[in-house]
Order: sequence, then C-alpha cells, then structure tokens
Amino acid sequence: MKILVCISNVPDTTTKVKFKEGDSLFDDSGVQWIINPWDELALTRAMELKEDAGNSVNEICVIHVGGASADATLRKALAIGADKAVRIDACPADAYHVAGQIAEYLKENPFDIILSGIESSDYNGSSVGAMIAEFMDYPGISSVTSVNLDDDDIQINRAIPGGKQVLKTEAPFVAVVQKGIATEPRIPSMRGIMMARKKPLEVKPAVELEVLTESIKFELPQEKGACKMIDSESAEQLVELLKNEAKVL
Amino acid sequence: MNLEDYKGIYVFIEQREGVIQNVALELLGQARKLADELNDKVYAMFLGHNIADQAQSLIARGADEVIVVDAPELTEYTTEPYTQAICQIIEDRKPESMLIGATTLGRDLGPRVSARVETGLTADCTKIEVGANKELLMTRPAFGGNLMATIVCKNHRPQMGTVRPGVLFAMDADENRTGEVVNYEVKFNTAKFKVKLIETVKEDTDLIDITEAKILVSGGRGIGNEEGFKAMDGLAQTLEAEVSASRAMVDAGYIGHERQVGQTGKTVRPDLYFAFGISGAIQHVAGMEESDLIIAVNKDKDAPIFQVADLGIVGDAKQIIKKLTERLEK
Repeated sequence: MKILVCISNVPDTTTKVKFKEGDSLFDDSGVQWIINPWDELALTRAMELKEDAGNSVNEICVIHVGGASADATLRKALAIGADKAVRIDACPADAYHVAGQIAEYLKENPFDIILSGIESSDYNGSSVGAMIAEFMDYPGISSVTSVNLDDDDIQINRAIPGGKQVLKTEAPFVAVVQKGIATEPRIPSMRGIMMARKKPLEVKPAVELEVLTESIKFELPQEKGACKMIDSESAEQLVELLKNEAKVL
Repeated sequence: MNLEDYKGIYVFIEQREGVIQNVALELLGQARKLADELNDKVYAMFLGHNIADQAQSLIARGADEVIVVDAPELTEYTTEPYTQAICQIIEDRKPESMLIGATTLGRDLGPRVSARVETGLTADCTKIEVGANKELLMTRPAFGGNLMATIVCKNHRPQMGTVRPGVLFAMDADENRTGEVVNYEVKFNTAKFKVKLIETVKEDTDLIDITEAKILVSGGRGIGNEEGFKAMDGLAQTLEAEVSASRAMVDAGYIGHERQVGQTGKTVRPDLYFAFGISGAIQHVAGMEESDLIIAVNKDKDAPIFQVADLGIVGDAKQIIKKLTERLEK
C-alpha cells in the first residue's frame, strides 16, 4: 500500500504575523517555515504504519501545492522519513484550488491512503481533505484520531462530540486527521537528514483550474487596549471591575 | 449557470440524537435578517430520522419553509448520505446561498457538498453581510485571528459558508410566525456508502466541552500542584465556570487532555478567561486570545500573558484565587 500525506507549509508558530500591500498579503520576510503541525502528525502516523510489519504499507510520499519556498519544508518531511516529495508549482488560491491540484496528481499517480491534517495553522480552512475525497470519488473521513491497518483491514476512529465513532472503510480513502493520530511528531535524525538529500523532490506544473472564491477585503482586528494592572492586595477591586465595567458577573 | 435562477437562503439544521443544536438557531436568526434585507425566503433543511415533530419549532425561529428529510440512512451523521441529501436539494431547488454550522460535522459536510456541486465555500465565517450587488460578503479570521478576510463567490451558486458557533444571534421564538413544513424524499445511491459505522462509543471525559463554556478558569505552572487545582475548582464552582489548563499541567497529569487550551489542545473563546500562573507561550495564546475578556495573574510582571490580557495582577496565583473565591462567596 502507498500513503500520500498532504503538507501545508506554514509560518512557525512563534512568528510575529505581519501583512503588506494594504494588509492583503502575508508578509513572509524573515518568516521561519515549518510543516503544518497536524500534517506533521499525519506523516508521523504514516511512518509508524510503514514500520509495522502487520500491513503492506511500503511507500510514503508527501505532496504540497505552492512555490519553491516550501522546498526546505519538504526536505524536512523527507528527513523525517517520507520516501518521495512532490511539489505542484502553483500559487494556492483557495482550498478548492489546492484540492483540485492534488486530485489531478492522484489521477495519474494513485495512492491507497491519503492523509491530510484537519486544518492548516495559517488559513485554518479545514476543507482540502474532504474536497480531495470528493474530486476522486473516494470515501473521506474527518476528525480522525486513529488509523489502524490489520493485514490491510482498515479501522478508523473518528472523534465526535461526546465520544467517538469506530468506522471501517476500503482503500483508496482520505482521512482528515487531528490530534491523537500520533502522540509526538517525529524529529529528523542526522542519518535522516543525510538521506533526505538523495531522495527525489519532484516539481510538477500546475493545471488550469477555475478559482471559485475571491478575497475582496482584508482587515486587521481591532488592537487590544493595554492590559489594566490591578494591585495584588485588592481582590475587591477586581470583583468590582468584573461586576461593573466588564459586566460578566 | 444562470445566477438569476438561484433563490432562497438555505440553512442546514444540525441535530445530535434528535436535539437541534444552538448553532442551527443562530444561523436561522442570521438568515432571517439577510432574507429580510434581500426580500428572499429562509429554508431550513432538517435531516435525520424520527425528527419531524420538531420541524414546526424552526418556523418560530425564522424559517419560511422547513424541508424535512426523514430517512433511516440519516439517523447518525456519516458523510456520504448527508452529502447526497443536501446535493439533491441543491440540484432540485437551486438555492442562492447555504449556511452550515462550522462544527465537527459541518466542517466535514461543507467542503464535501461544495466540491460536489462545484461552488465556492467560505469556511469558518464570523460575519455575513449583503454586498452592493446583493451578493453575500463572508468574513472569516485567518492566521489565528490576526487577519480578517472578506470573501465572495461571484460566479457560482449556492454561495456557501460554514459559520462559527456562538458568534451570530438566534431570534427569540415567535409562535405567531407562519410557514410550511414539507417532507422531502431523497433517493440514495447506496453503492457510494463506503464507510461503515461499526459502533459509537460515548466517553465521559469528552462530555465536558470547554469550548462551550462561558467562563473558563485556567491554570498553568504557577498553580503548582493538586492543591492549586483544587482551589481553582472551588473558584470555578463559585463562578459556574469550567476548569481548563495549559499543556504543562496536562502533561504533569493534574488534569485531562480534553481540558487543554492551546495549539495542540482546544481553541476557546469564552466571555471570560482567567489565566492563573500561565506565562503565555504563543502555543497557549493561540488557543485563547479571542476570548472576550482575559484576566491574567502571574508573579512575573514581564510574562507575555499580560500582552493579551485585559486585566492583570502581578502576584501569586494561589493567593489571588483564594481571595477572589472568598470575596465572591460573600
């Protein structure tokens, strides 16, 4: 079985977020890029499945839609253990556009399992995985907390409010994964980093796709006022403020 | 696609075990406002099994017509049957716009439906307005709330959006409102049902959903130990609040993962958030910075938590909790 892991390239969580061109574009100067945390967990689970002798997973490929600035992030995915990386060279317009590009690749290069993180930490759209499933006419399962393959029999747990669903499906399928899918993301080893240099990173041209949504305006949220400091001896003052000014009690 | 053919604001009514969710009523309230402005109608799409007796209540909440799809295939939410039902309604009725709650369920259903009918989707909106050409302007946060983007779907219908729960307002039930309830039959293509539900497991630990709490009393390293958490519990009870924590406290085993706030935990937006002894690492802040009012207590006056807080106290968190609880109990 082959697993494809969809990778978003996102600013490091400690990055100070800034915008340019009338706040319409993310200012990427000086930004450290990382693998989207949920995608990193997806890749980690894919690695665990490949290492487990109880199933036939034998290849892991990562895919990204975006420009060359993501190549370092894809190399990191290779260092963690993916066998191959593919970058579709396109400027991602929206989730529909990204999912469409990945689906076009899948039509030529079939995979058995497609894993996608539940959301990206930049645009937080949570839509790409379900859209890939739809474009490919594959079953798609969201909020996935575990994917188990017992001799290629697929069992999936999905988080729902107040509990979980235990599901079975057939390959090929798309799983949109969230926390719980793997405990800790893997860190590349020295050997992994050395090996990653020799692994293939393929750059594919994008296909023409209609973009269905358009961002017409960007605004920064209202700045927060400075924090009002209260004397630590005065719980009274805090209670008063909560009652009268904030009206929350 | 002739855009003129598309009419009506359609709202997906989410129910869990037959209970209509608040977010559905919020969407109905918003759809009502938009419809009045556009001189259009509000249609409630109510899917499930043995639910028809509640359809009438949706009219009082703003619907002009309730489309009831009652089928055993829809008893519990799974993606494909729900997608088929909604897509059949779209093909049949040609809605101008469609709103779905951005819940676990809606964030799965929305993209799947929009891709199947090939229309634009704006995920996780917090504001919807009518534009100059009567198009919907959907505004959503990005980069953890650091940017608000307004998005339109110009050339395709329905204009779809998933909408964050708790940000729009339901209208009060108006029993004088009139409307129609229709039963709608869906022809399922069961060959496409490739995900089989083996069992649904209820977990006690997940019953408390801190994302739904109005007030959160949250603790970090500065709370120290079990005793500190007990004190927090006391304050939470006095305030009718829920207790939550930073990752350090979850890893230390003082509290369950389901109560963790932050990037690898939950994102919360309560009316009031107390951060006791939480330094305010960016991973934690990402999960709570959109709270309406943030009160931080920390012994380090330079702790980054004070940059996102509205009210701050430099002092020992345990002492302040004690004082605050005593004062509030009076």
